Parts: sequence; C-alpha cells; structure tokens
Amino acid sequence: MNNFQYSRASDVADAIRLLAADPGAKLIAGGTNLIDLMKENVERPSRLIDISRLPLRDIEETADGGLRIGALVPNSDLAYHPLIEQRYPLLASAILAGASAQLRNMASVGGNLMQRTRCAYFYDTTTPCNKRSPGTGCSARDGLNRNHAILGTSTSCIATNPSDMSVALAALGALVHIAGRTGERTVALTDFHRLPDDKPHLDTNLGSGEIITAIELPPQGFARNYSYLKIRDRLSYAFALVSVAAAIELEGNAISEARLALGGVAHKPWRSPEAEAALRGQAATPDHFGRAADLLLQGATARSHNGFKIELARRAVVRALIQATNATPQSQAHKKIA
Amino acid sequence: MADIADQTPERIPINLVVNGAGRTLEVAPWTTLLDALRDRLELTGTKKGCDHGQCGACTVLVDGRRVNSCLTLAVMKDGAEITTVEGLAKDGTLHPLQQAFIDHDAFQCGYCTPGQICSAAGLLAEGRARDADEIRELMSGNLCRCGAYPNIVAAIEQAMSRS
Repeated sequence: MNNFQYSRASDVADAIRLLAADPGAKLIAGGTNLIDLMKENVERPSRLIDISRLPLRDIEETADGGLRIGALVPNSDLAYHPLIEQRYPLLASAILAGASAQLRNMASVGGNLMQRTRCAYFYDTTTPCNKRSPGTGCSARDGLNRNHAILGTSTSCIATNPSDMSVALAALGALVHIAGRTGERTVALTDFHRLPDDKPHLDTNLGSGEIITAIELPPQGFARNYSYLKIRDRLSYAFALVSVAAAIELEGNAISEARLALGGVAHKPWRSPEAEAALRGQAATPDHFGRAADLLLQGATARSHNGFKIELARRAVVRALIQATNATPQSQAHKKIA
Repeated sequence: MADIADQTPERIPINLVVNGAGRTLEVAPWTTLLDALRDRLELTGTKKGCDHGQCGACTVLVDGRRVNSCLTLAVMKDGAEITTVEGLAKDGTLHPLQQAFIDHDAFQCGYCTPGQICSAAGLLAEGRARDADEIRELMSGNLCRCGAYPNIVAAIEQAMSRS
C-alpha cells in the first residue's frame, strides 16, 4: 500500500471540498474493495477522505411510496431491513447472494455501486490493462477470459461489473442521488454504470468531484413474483458467472409487467427493453421466457473461454422466470435450484 | 506493511476499547486494524491469512459486528470497541463457542479458528441462522483449508442451541 494522507470529512460539503482540493484523493467508506486494490497497487490515492461517519445511514419512505436509502447504509443492514424484506425482497436476496457476512457488514450501499471489476488482469499490475492503465491493451481478450463479458464489450475491455446488488437495483428501476460542487443531481441506476467503449478506465458516470448520497427505490417492489438466481463456481462467497434478477407482475397467468437484469455478463447490469416488452401481455410459460431470454442476449459474443455463458444465461433467465412465476424465489441459503 | 509504517514519522493518535480495556496508540493512516492489533497491541490471536478479505482468518468484532480487520484501517475505527478472540473468555471460563469447538474437534491446524470463532460470535449476535444450511451460508466468509467444516457447523449448532 502506498503512503497517503488521511482526512475525515465533517459533512457532505466538506467531502466535496476535500475532493476538489486534491485530484488524487478518493472517498472511503467501508473500504472493502478500495483497501484491497491499494494493497495490490492498483489504486494509489494521494489522500483518503473518510466519509464513514457522515449522516447518510437513514432508510426513509419517499412521498410517492418508494424508499430513499442513505449511501452509507451497510449492505447487511439494507438486506435485513424490514421494509426491504417485505417490499423489495429481490434486492434483499441479491445483496445476500454477494460477498460474505463480514464484508456485507462493512460495505456501504454507495461503495457497492463503486466497486471495481475483479478481472484478474486489472488486478495484476504486471500485465497490460486498458482499465488500469489506459492505452496499454486488454490482456483478457486473448487471455484467460472465462469470467468475462459477453454483452456490451469493446475492443478495449471485456471486464464485468461484479455487483449483485446493482443487478437487482437495475431491475427495480432505482435512482442514484449524487452531490457535487454545482449541486445535486439524480441518475437512473441503469445510466450510472458505463459500457467500456474506448474509455474502460471509467466505470461510472460519477464526476471526479461528486459523491453518492442515496439510492431511491420506486414504489413498485415486485414482492410476490421475483427471483435472484446466481450461478457461480462455488455455492457461496464467489462472484457470478451469470446472475439473473427476474421480477414480474401477474394477472392470472398473464404477465402485466416484467423486469429482467443480468449480472456477470457485462460492464454494467444488463437490461433490454425489448425482452421485457416481449413478456408483457403474454402467458407465463417457458416458451415465452425463452423468447425473452433470446432478446435479452441478442448480440452476445464470446471470446475463447466464456462461450458457455451465453447458454448458461439463457437457461438461468428461463429458470429465474419460472421461480418468479411460481412465487418460489431462489433461496440464498438452501442451494437447491427449484 | 508494519515495516513501511515504521519508516514514516506520520502518526495519528487513536483510542480503541480492545477487549474491554481502553488503549491509546498512534498509527500511520495505512495501518490496518489487523496490523494494529497484532503488531502494536501484541494481540496475535487474530490471524493474517490472505490479507485480502477472502479467508476470514482476521475476523474480529467491531462494535459487536463481525468484520475483516485486514480490510479496515485502524485510523477509521477511532473510538470503536473491538473484541478479538482473546476477549471472548470471561473470568477464566471459555466462551460457549470456544468450548463447543473443543467439544466437536472443530479444527485441525487451528490457524483459521480465531476467525471462525469470532465470526460465529457475530453470527449468533445477528440471529439470522436457524439451521445448518444457514450456518454454512453465513459462515462462508471463513475458509478452513483443513476441511473441518462439518465439525465447525456442529460446534456452532451446539452453541446456538445453548444460547
């Protein structure tokens, strides 16, 4: 770990001021990803601005019936919050599918959105990586790319976003509240993370002097028909090869509303308006689920080792939609896939 | 990392309550809680395994919650209450989890054991595990390369049934 200066922000405005004063500074809250990256010399901040004591830990109902979640709410507290368990169980399930109990106790909601890819070449400072060192090339394209993206890739980068929480937030249509020198703004979660294009060093659209203050959930929680199905190499405490957040509303056996998001397959949670539109008004049958999965995976391309993800994702989408239809969401503790 | 820290004059004073006792020390900003406990406070029960939050050997309780001390900066925990494996026994009597690990032979080499026991103490306090599957899931952040998992789960079940 490099030597760095340490500052403790007294409020959000102070954090923004400290960020502006030192271009090499980074915010730290839970630290679970940033400290790890610093130990690997991938991140070398000149200063850490400790925001962990700022009063951004509330979970409040909004005027329209949604929820506003402070950026510093620990992942575990969010997953186990009664309002999340009751109204947004898809989000609770996705959070509990990620990391370990210790890491969930430490990691903040805002930090979860900011966590960086676990691409092994991004972590290995002896190899080229456009995300870590722009312009050096992508080692994964023709390297060990079994864990890498099949959708939205570029010639510069095929890394995936590692978050489970973000996949559920994308499906639920969450908003991200951001504060900066010029005031506050709100962006949709699906617009918060970026595709790599020719700038893979930028994971998100957060400005350099900005701070996430909250996440907002819209009223519709899909609490009855949902599932978060995560497929990985071991049954717990591993990143997704493919994960699916599925949420539907049923009128009888007909689908009136549908949300699908994939994790582990792209540089951001992957949604497709066409796939969701194809489900609306249709009977909840495996045939229709398969058609939606094909639309969601339209344009998927494989490198040498990750071609299995395309078929795996298709099957996982169908299975998650069956689980959602039957109101038998995937348990994150009891591992048998119903 | 402690070696690097010793080369710099920069020190930030912090106060911790460690296993019930107030401790004041000066740390470099990059000193992890794990290194502060082991190298500065000489509490070597907490183990450094992977040092990257992947093995759980460094698990301690901070304000009653289990965390990976290797991914926590000591300076950020100024004012916190820390419980390490050394602080679990009371008045010469082992913590029920410590006794249960002995009763069930829940270790072989023992290197992961302090982290396993502190993590299990956090799990009991959280009250979310109700059966063996849930114990396994909620203990997945603690690896045991000797493979003592069945006995670890049995030990936690014993402590859970008696708490």
